[in-house]
Amino acid sequence: MYAQMVTSEGSKARKDMTPDETAFQDRIDRNEKIEPKEWMPDGYRKTLIRQIGQHAHSEIVGQLPEGNWITRAPTLERKAILLAKVQDEAGHGLYLYCAAETLGVSRDELLEALHSGKMKYSSIFNYPTLTWADMGAVGWLVDGAAIMNQVPLQRTSYGPYARAMVRICKEESFHQRQGYDIMMRMCAGTPEQKAMAQDALNRFWYPALMMFGPSDKDSVHSAQSMAWKIKMNTNDELRQKFVDQTVPQAEYLGLTVPDPDLAWNEDKGGHDFSEPDWSEFFAVIAGNGPCNAERLGARVKAWEDGAWFRDGLMAHAAKAGERARAARHAAE
Amino acid sequence: MSGEWPLWEIFIRGQHGLNHRHVGSLHAPDAEMAIRNARDVYTRRNEGVSIWVVRSNDITASSPSEKGPLYDPSNSKVYRHPTFYDIPDEIGHM
Repeated sequence: MYAQMVTSEGSKARKDMTPDETAFQDRIDRNEKIEPKEWMPDGYRKTLIRQIGQHAHSEIVGQLPEGNWITRAPTLERKAILLAKVQDEAGHGLYLYCAAETLGVSRDELLEALHSGKMKYSSIFNYPTLTWADMGAVGWLVDGAAIMNQVPLQRTSYGPYARAMVRICKEESFHQRQGYDIMMRMCAGTPEQKAMAQDALNRFWYPALMMFGPSDKDSVHSAQSMAWKIKMNTNDELRQKFVDQTVPQAEYLGLTVPDPDLAWNEDKGGHDFSEPDWSEFFAVIAGNGPCNAERLGARVKAWEDGAWFRDGLMAHAAKAGERARAARHAAE
Repeated sequence: MSGEWPLWEIFIRGQHGLNHRHVGSLHAPDAEMAIRNARDVYTRRNEGVSIWVVRSNDITASSPSEKGPLYDPSNSKVYRHPTFYDIPDEIGHM
Protein backbone atom coordinates (compact mmCIF):
# COMPACT_ATOMS: atom_id res chain seq x y z
CA MET A 1 0.00 0.00 0.00
CA TYR A 2 1.57 3.21 -1.13
CA ALA A 3 -0.75 5.57 0.74
CA GLN A 4 -0.52 5.29 4.50
CA MET A 5 -2.57 7.05 7.15
CA VAL A 6 -4.30 9.45 4.79
CA THR A 7 -6.51 11.69 6.91
CA SER A 8 -9.92 12.25 5.38
CA GLU A 9 -11.80 15.50 5.64
CA GLY A 10 -15.43 16.31 6.18
CA SER A 11 -16.60 13.12 7.80
CA LYS A 12 -20.39 13.43 8.08
CA ALA A 13 -23.38 11.33 9.08
CA ARG A 14 -26.07 11.02 6.42
CA LYS A 15 -28.60 12.97 8.46
CA ASP A 16 -26.25 15.99 8.58
CA MET A 17 -25.62 16.08 4.84
CA THR A 18 -26.77 18.85 2.50
CA PRO A 19 -28.97 17.76 -0.45
CA ASP A 20 -25.92 17.90 -2.75
CA GLU A 21 -23.91 15.72 -0.38
CA THR A 22 -26.74 13.22 -0.06
CA ALA A 23 -27.11 12.99 -3.85
CA PHE A 24 -23.35 12.51 -4.11
CA GLN A 25 -23.29 9.72 -1.52
CA ASP A 26 -26.21 8.06 -3.33
CA ARG A 27 -24.21 8.03 -6.56
CA ILE A 28 -21.28 6.41 -4.76
CA ASP A 29 -23.56 3.84 -3.16
CA ARG A 30 -24.89 2.96 -6.64
CA ASN A 31 -21.25 2.41 -7.71
CA GLU A 32 -21.36 5.28 -10.17
CA LYS A 33 -17.99 6.72 -11.09
CA ILE A 34 -17.34 10.34 -10.17
CA GLU A 35 -15.70 12.28 -13.00
CA PRO A 36 -13.45 15.37 -12.80
CA LYS A 37 -15.83 18.21 -13.62
CA GLU A 38 -18.76 16.85 -11.61
CA TRP A 39 -19.81 18.25 -8.24
CA MET A 40 -18.07 16.65 -5.28
CA PRO A 41 -17.77 17.59 -1.60
CA ASP A 42 -14.65 19.56 -0.83
CA GLY A 43 -13.54 16.91 1.66
CA TYR A 44 -13.72 14.19 -1.01
CA ARG A 45 -11.58 16.28 -3.35
CA LYS A 46 -9.00 17.14 -0.70
CA THR A 47 -8.75 13.61 0.66
CA LEU A 48 -8.31 12.22 -2.85
CA ILE A 49 -5.57 14.73 -3.70
CA ARG A 50 -3.78 13.70 -0.53
CA GLN A 51 -4.16 9.97 -1.22
CA ILE A 52 -3.42 9.96 -4.95
CA GLY A 53 -0.57 12.43 -4.43
CA GLN A 54 1.01 10.27 -1.75
CA HIS A 55 0.60 7.26 -4.01
CA ALA A 56 2.27 9.10 -6.92
CA HIS A 57 5.15 10.30 -4.74
CA SER A 58 5.70 6.71 -3.58
CA GLU A 59 6.01 5.49 -7.16
CA ILE A 60 8.57 8.18 -7.94
CA VAL A 61 10.64 7.89 -4.76
CA GLY A 62 10.29 4.10 -5.10
CA GLN A 63 12.56 4.25 -8.12
CA LEU A 64 15.52 5.24 -5.97
CA PRO A 65 16.16 2.06 -3.91
CA GLU A 66 16.08 -0.02 -7.10
CA GLY A 67 17.93 2.53 -9.20
CA ASN A 68 20.79 1.84 -6.81
CA TRP A 69 21.24 -1.60 -8.40
CA ILE A 70 20.81 -0.87 -12.11
CA THR A 71 24.55 -0.36 -12.60
CA ARG A 72 25.38 -3.36 -10.39
CA ALA A 73 22.96 -5.96 -11.74
CA PRO A 74 24.68 -9.35 -12.06
CA THR A 75 23.91 -9.86 -15.77
CA LEU A 76 22.92 -7.75 -18.75
CA GLU A 77 19.50 -9.44 -18.79
CA ARG A 78 18.87 -8.64 -15.11
CA LYS A 79 19.95 -5.07 -15.79
CA ALA A 80 17.52 -4.70 -18.70
CA ILE A 81 14.70 -6.16 -16.58
CA LEU A 82 15.41 -3.90 -13.62
CA LEU A 83 15.63 -0.89 -15.91
CA ALA A 84 12.23 -1.76 -17.38
CA LYS A 85 10.74 -2.09 -13.91
CA VAL A 86 12.10 1.24 -12.70
CA GLN A 87 10.85 2.84 -15.92
CA ASP A 88 7.39 1.40 -15.15
CA GLU A 89 7.46 3.03 -11.71
CA ALA A 90 8.10 6.40 -13.37
CA GLY A 91 5.09 5.74 -15.60
CA HIS A 92 2.94 4.79 -12.61
CA GLY A 93 3.90 8.02 -10.90
CA LEU A 94 2.91 9.95 -14.03
CA TYR A 95 -0.49 8.24 -14.36
CA LEU A 96 -1.23 9.06 -10.74
CA TYR A 97 -0.01 12.66 -10.86
CA CYS A 98 -2.28 13.17 -13.88
CA ALA A 99 -5.22 11.67 -11.96
CA ALA A 100 -4.53 14.04 -9.04
CA GLU A 101 -4.27 16.99 -11.43
CA THR A 102 -7.84 16.41 -12.63
CA LEU A 103 -8.87 17.47 -9.10
CA GLY A 104 -7.46 20.95 -9.55
CA VAL A 105 -3.96 20.69 -8.12
CA SER A 106 -0.96 21.32 -10.39
CA ARG A 107 2.03 19.02 -10.91
CA ASP A 108 4.38 21.68 -9.57
CA GLU A 109 2.29 22.10 -6.43
CA LEU A 110 2.41 18.36 -5.81
CA LEU A 111 6.16 18.19 -6.32
CA GLU A 112 6.68 21.22 -4.12
CA ALA A 113 4.66 19.55 -1.34
CA LEU A 114 6.80 16.40 -1.66
CA HIS A 115 10.06 18.31 -1.66
CA SER A 116 9.13 20.45 1.33
CA GLY A 117 8.07 17.36 3.29
CA LYS A 118 4.45 18.54 3.47
CA MET A 119 3.29 15.41 1.62
CA LYS A 120 4.59 11.94 2.41
CA TYR A 121 5.52 8.84 0.43
CA SER A 122 5.40 5.24 1.60
CA SER A 123 7.61 4.41 4.60
CA ILE A 124 9.01 1.36 2.78
CA PHE A 125 11.26 3.41 0.51
CA ASN A 126 13.23 4.77 3.44
CA TYR A 127 14.98 1.43 3.89
CA PRO A 128 18.31 0.76 2.16
CA THR A 129 18.82 -1.88 -0.55
CA LEU A 130 22.07 -3.46 0.57
CA THR A 131 22.49 -6.52 -1.66
CA TRP A 132 21.24 -7.84 -4.99
CA ALA A 133 18.85 -10.12 -3.08
CA ASP A 134 17.06 -6.95 -1.95
CA MET A 135 15.94 -6.46 -5.56
CA GLY A 136 14.25 -9.83 -5.28
CA ALA A 137 12.72 -9.05 -1.88
CA VAL A 138 11.48 -5.63 -3.02
CA GLY A 139 9.76 -7.03 -6.10
CA TRP A 140 8.30 -10.00 -4.26
CA LEU A 141 7.24 -8.33 -0.99
CA VAL A 142 6.95 -4.60 -1.66
CA ASP A 143 5.27 -4.90 -5.04
CA GLY A 144 3.28 -7.84 -3.67
CA ALA A 145 1.95 -5.67 -0.85
CA ALA A 146 1.24 -2.84 -3.28
CA ILE A 147 -0.78 -5.17 -5.53
CA MET A 148 -2.90 -6.24 -2.52
CA ASN A 149 -3.99 -2.64 -2.15
CA GLN A 150 -4.13 -1.65 -5.80
CA VAL A 151 -6.29 -4.44 -7.17
CA PRO A 152 -9.38 -3.38 -5.13
CA LEU A 153 -8.64 0.27 -5.94
CA GLN A 154 -9.46 -0.47 -9.57
CA ARG A 155 -13.08 -0.21 -8.36
CA THR A 156 -12.57 3.06 -6.51
CA SER A 157 -15.25 5.74 -6.96
CA TYR A 158 -13.12 8.38 -8.69
CA GLY A 159 -12.94 7.60 -12.42
CA PRO A 160 -9.44 8.88 -13.26
CA TYR A 161 -7.97 7.14 -10.20
CA ALA A 162 -9.69 3.85 -11.03
CA ARG A 163 -8.47 4.01 -14.63
CA ALA A 164 -4.91 4.75 -13.53
CA MET A 165 -5.14 1.72 -11.22
CA VAL A 166 -6.24 -0.54 -14.06
CA ARG A 167 -3.15 0.38 -16.07
CA ILE A 168 -0.89 0.05 -13.05
CA CYS A 169 -2.21 -3.36 -12.01
CA LYS A 170 -1.57 -4.72 -15.50
CA GLU A 171 2.09 -3.84 -15.09
CA GLU A 172 2.60 -4.66 -11.40
CA SER A 173 2.35 -8.38 -11.78
CA PHE A 174 5.50 -8.33 -13.93
CA HIS A 175 7.20 -6.54 -11.03
CA GLN A 176 6.27 -9.08 -8.43
CA ARG A 177 7.11 -12.04 -10.62
CA GLN A 178 10.54 -10.68 -11.56
CA GLY A 179 11.24 -10.23 -7.84
CA TYR A 180 10.21 -13.76 -7.03
CA ASP A 181 12.27 -15.01 -9.96
CA ILE A 182 15.36 -13.35 -8.45
CA MET A 183 14.57 -14.98 -5.09
CA MET A 184 14.14 -18.42 -6.69
CA ARG A 185 17.48 -18.09 -8.45
CA MET A 186 19.26 -16.97 -5.27
CA CYS A 187 17.69 -19.75 -3.23
CA ALA A 188 18.76 -22.38 -5.77
CA GLY A 189 22.31 -21.00 -5.73
CA THR A 190 25.24 -21.38 -3.35
CA PRO A 191 24.68 -21.39 0.43
CA GLU A 192 26.00 -17.82 0.49
CA GLN A 193 23.46 -16.73 -2.11
CA LYS A 194 20.64 -18.38 -0.23
CA ALA A 195 21.82 -16.68 2.95
CA MET A 196 21.62 -13.34 1.13
CA ALA A 197 18.01 -14.12 0.16
CA GLN A 198 17.17 -15.01 3.77
CA ASP A 199 18.84 -11.82 4.99
CA ALA A 200 16.80 -9.75 2.53
CA LEU A 201 13.57 -11.39 3.73
CA ASN A 202 14.60 -10.75 7.34
CA ARG A 203 15.10 -7.07 6.69
CA PHE A 204 12.05 -6.48 4.47
CA TRP A 205 9.38 -8.60 6.18
CA TYR A 206 8.28 -6.15 8.88
CA PRO A 207 8.72 -3.01 6.77
CA ALA A 208 6.48 -4.75 4.17
CA LEU A 209 3.83 -5.41 6.83
CA MET A 210 4.05 -1.73 7.83
CA MET A 211 3.16 -0.71 4.28
CA PHE A 212 -0.51 -1.35 5.07
CA GLY A 213 -0.39 1.16 7.93
CA PRO A 214 -1.42 0.65 11.56
CA SER A 215 -4.73 -0.97 12.39
CA ASP A 216 -7.53 1.36 11.33
CA LYS A 217 -10.55 -0.59 12.43
CA ASP A 218 -11.51 2.24 14.81
CA SER A 219 -10.39 5.14 12.63
CA VAL A 220 -12.97 7.74 11.55
CA HIS A 221 -10.73 8.70 8.63
CA SER A 222 -10.82 5.19 7.28
CA ALA A 223 -14.57 4.92 7.80
CA GLN A 224 -15.13 8.10 5.77
CA SER A 225 -12.73 7.01 3.02
CA MET A 226 -14.50 3.66 2.83
CA ALA A 227 -17.92 5.36 2.63
CA TRP A 228 -16.56 7.36 -0.29
CA LYS A 229 -15.08 4.19 -1.80
CA ILE A 230 -11.61 5.63 -2.08
CA LYS A 231 -10.43 2.98 0.33
CA MET A 232 -11.86 -0.49 -0.23
CA ASN A 233 -10.50 -2.62 2.64
CA THR A 234 -9.23 -2.04 6.14
CA ASN A 235 -5.49 -2.12 6.71
CA ASP A 236 -5.80 -5.28 8.81
CA GLU A 237 -7.74 -7.13 6.12
CA LEU A 238 -5.11 -6.39 3.52
CA ARG A 239 -2.22 -7.23 5.85
CA GLN A 240 -3.81 -10.58 6.71
CA LYS A 241 -4.32 -11.35 3.03
CA PHE A 242 -0.72 -10.45 2.29
CA VAL A 243 0.65 -12.71 5.05
CA ASP A 244 -1.56 -15.62 3.97
CA GLN A 245 -0.42 -15.25 0.39
CA THR A 246 3.26 -14.76 1.15
CA VAL A 247 3.96 -17.47 3.75
CA PRO A 248 3.59 -20.40 1.31
CA GLN A 249 5.73 -18.53 -1.21
CA ALA A 250 8.49 -18.24 1.40
CA GLU A 251 8.14 -21.94 2.18
CA TYR A 252 8.55 -22.81 -1.48
CA LEU A 253 11.81 -20.85 -1.49
CA GLY A 254 12.97 -22.71 1.62
CA LEU A 255 13.18 -19.42 3.52
CA THR A 256 12.01 -18.71 7.05
CA VAL A 257 9.70 -15.81 7.78
CA PRO A 258 11.39 -13.94 10.66
CA ASP A 259 8.48 -14.33 13.07
CA PRO A 260 8.64 -17.07 15.74
CA ASP A 261 4.93 -16.59 16.47
CA LEU A 262 3.81 -17.14 12.91
CA ALA A 263 1.32 -20.03 12.88
CA TRP A 264 -1.66 -21.22 10.89
CA ASN A 265 -4.90 -20.61 12.74
CA GLU A 266 -7.48 -23.13 11.57
CA ASP A 267 -10.38 -21.26 13.21
CA LYS A 268 -9.91 -18.00 11.38
CA GLY A 269 -8.60 -19.70 8.24
CA GLY A 270 -5.51 -17.51 8.25
CA HIS A 271 -2.14 -17.06 9.88
CA ASP A 272 -1.51 -15.56 13.28
CA PHE A 273 1.52 -13.30 13.08
CA SER A 274 3.43 -10.68 15.04
CA GLU A 275 2.72 -7.00 14.54
CA PRO A 276 5.62 -4.90 13.28
CA ASP A 277 7.21 -2.41 15.67
CA TRP A 278 4.89 0.53 15.20
CA SER A 279 7.21 2.94 16.99
CA GLU A 280 9.70 2.29 14.18
CA PHE A 281 6.96 2.99 11.64
CA PHE A 282 6.07 6.33 13.21
CA ALA A 283 9.75 7.28 13.39
CA VAL A 284 10.20 6.52 9.67
CA ILE A 285 7.04 8.47 8.75
CA ALA A 286 8.29 11.40 10.82
CA GLY A 287 11.46 11.50 8.74
CA ASN A 288 13.80 9.46 10.92
CA GLY A 289 14.13 6.27 8.91
CA PRO A 290 17.51 4.99 7.69
CA CYS A 291 17.29 6.71 4.27
CA ASN A 292 14.74 9.55 4.52
CA ALA A 293 17.28 12.34 4.07
CA GLU A 294 19.04 10.53 1.23
CA ARG A 295 15.80 9.81 -0.69
CA LEU A 296 14.34 13.27 -0.41
CA GLY A 297 17.75 14.81 -1.07
CA ALA A 298 18.06 12.83 -4.32
CA ARG A 299 14.57 13.93 -5.39
CA VAL A 300 15.18 17.61 -4.70
CA LYS A 301 18.61 17.51 -6.37
CA ALA A 302 17.18 15.89 -9.51
CA TRP A 303 14.41 18.51 -9.66
CA GLU A 304 16.77 21.43 -9.15
CA ASP A 305 19.49 20.12 -11.47
CA GLY A 306 16.88 19.63 -14.20
CA ALA A 307 15.41 23.13 -13.92
CA TRP A 308 17.63 24.67 -16.63
CA PHE A 309 16.68 21.84 -19.00
CA ARG A 310 12.93 22.15 -18.39
CA ASP A 311 13.15 25.91 -18.80
CA GLY A 312 15.28 25.56 -21.92
CA LEU A 313 12.75 23.30 -23.59
CA MET A 314 9.94 25.72 -22.73
CA ALA A 315 11.93 28.62 -24.18
CA HIS A 316 12.59 26.60 -27.34
CA ALA A 317 8.90 25.70 -27.65
CA ALA A 318 7.90 29.36 -27.22
CA LYS A 319 10.37 30.51 -29.89
CA ALA A 320 9.38 27.79 -32.34
CA GLY A 321 5.73 28.73 -31.78
CA GLU A 322 6.53 32.40 -32.53
CA ARG A 323 8.39 31.47 -35.72
CA ALA A 324 5.53 29.28 -36.91
CA ARG A 325 3.02 32.09 -36.30
CA ALA A 326 5.24 34.62 -38.10
CA ALA A 327 5.62 32.26 -41.07
CA ARG A 328 1.83 31.82 -41.28
CA HIS A 329 1.38 35.59 -41.21
CA ALA A 330 3.91 36.09 -43.99
CA ALA A 331 2.19 33.47 -46.13
CA GLU A 332 -1.23 35.11 -45.75
CA MET B 1 11.08 28.94 -11.75
CA SER B 2 9.20 29.71 -14.92
CA GLY B 3 6.01 27.99 -15.98
CA GLU B 4 5.08 24.36 -15.74
CA TRP B 5 5.10 22.36 -18.97
CA PRO B 6 1.57 22.32 -20.41
CA LEU B 7 -0.66 19.26 -20.21
CA TRP B 8 -1.39 17.11 -23.27
CA GLU B 9 -4.05 14.46 -23.78
CA ILE B 10 -2.75 11.29 -25.40
CA PHE B 11 -4.63 9.10 -27.89
CA ILE B 12 -3.28 5.78 -29.11
CA ARG B 13 -4.43 3.54 -31.96
CA GLY B 14 -3.90 -0.13 -31.23
CA GLN B 15 -2.70 -2.77 -33.67
CA HIS B 16 -6.04 -3.97 -34.95
CA GLY B 17 -7.44 -1.05 -36.90
CA LEU B 18 -9.46 0.43 -34.05
CA ASN B 19 -9.93 4.15 -33.45
CA HIS B 20 -7.42 6.20 -31.54
CA ARG B 21 -8.42 5.93 -27.92
CA HIS B 22 -7.74 8.27 -25.03
CA VAL B 23 -5.18 6.63 -22.72
CA GLY B 24 -4.17 9.44 -20.38
CA SER B 25 -2.26 12.66 -20.26
CA LEU B 26 1.23 14.01 -19.65
CA HIS B 27 3.22 17.22 -19.48
CA ALA B 28 5.54 18.28 -22.29
CA PRO B 29 6.96 21.57 -23.58
CA ASP B 30 5.72 21.05 -27.16
CA ALA B 31 3.92 18.60 -29.44
CA GLU B 32 7.08 16.82 -30.56
CA MET B 33 8.19 16.15 -26.99
CA ALA B 34 4.63 15.15 -26.07
CA ILE B 35 4.76 12.41 -28.73
CA ARG B 36 8.18 11.25 -27.54
CA ASN B 37 7.04 11.14 -23.93
CA ALA B 38 3.79 9.41 -24.88
CA ARG B 39 5.80 6.77 -26.69
CA ASP B 40 7.84 6.15 -23.52
CA VAL B 41 4.92 6.26 -21.09
CA TYR B 42 2.03 4.70 -22.98
CA THR B 43 3.49 2.26 -25.54
CA ARG B 44 6.01 0.27 -23.51
CA ARG B 45 4.23 -3.00 -24.28
CA ASN B 46 3.07 -2.82 -27.89
CA GLU B 47 -0.08 -0.93 -26.97
CA GLY B 48 -0.16 1.03 -30.18
CA VAL B 49 1.04 1.91 -33.65
CA SER B 50 -0.02 5.55 -33.81
CA ILE B 51 -0.09 8.44 -31.34
CA TRP B 52 -2.11 11.66 -31.33
CA VAL B 53 -1.38 14.43 -28.86
CA VAL B 54 -3.70 17.37 -28.16
CA ARG B 55 -3.17 20.28 -25.77
CA SER B 56 -5.63 19.73 -22.91
CA ASN B 57 -6.56 23.41 -23.07
CA ASP B 58 -7.73 22.95 -26.66
CA ILE B 59 -10.39 20.39 -25.75
CA THR B 60 -13.94 21.59 -25.31
CA ALA B 61 -16.03 19.21 -23.23
CA SER B 62 -19.77 18.93 -22.70
CA SER B 63 -20.83 20.02 -19.25
CA PRO B 64 -21.78 17.38 -16.66
CA SER B 65 -24.81 19.47 -15.67
CA GLU B 66 -26.22 19.05 -19.20
CA LYS B 67 -26.28 15.27 -18.92
CA GLY B 68 -30.07 15.18 -18.70
CA PRO B 69 -31.01 17.44 -21.65
CA LEU B 70 -28.26 15.97 -23.85
CA TYR B 71 -28.64 12.27 -23.34
CA ASP B 72 -32.05 11.54 -21.84
CA PRO B 73 -34.03 12.16 -25.06
CA SER B 74 -32.50 9.08 -26.72
CA ASN B 75 -33.80 6.83 -23.91
CA SER B 76 -37.34 6.90 -25.31
CA LYS B 77 -36.33 6.30 -28.92
CA VAL B 78 -36.22 2.54 -28.79
CA TYR B 79 -37.11 2.32 -32.51
CA ARG B 80 -33.51 3.33 -33.23
CA HIS B 81 -32.39 -0.16 -32.24
CA PRO B 82 -32.75 -3.20 -34.53
CA THR B 83 -34.27 -5.24 -31.70
CA PHE B 84 -37.35 -2.97 -31.78
CA TYR B 85 -38.57 -4.75 -34.93
CA ASP B 86 -40.09 -8.24 -34.92
CA ILE B 87 -39.03 -10.08 -38.03
CA PRO B 88 -40.67 -13.54 -38.61
CA ASP B 89 -38.37 -16.54 -38.10
CA GLU B 90 -38.96 -17.80 -41.67
CA ILE B 91 -37.25 -14.69 -43.03
CA GLY B 92 -33.99 -15.93 -41.53
CA HIS B 93 -31.14 -13.76 -40.47
CA MET B 94 -31.58 -10.03 -41.08
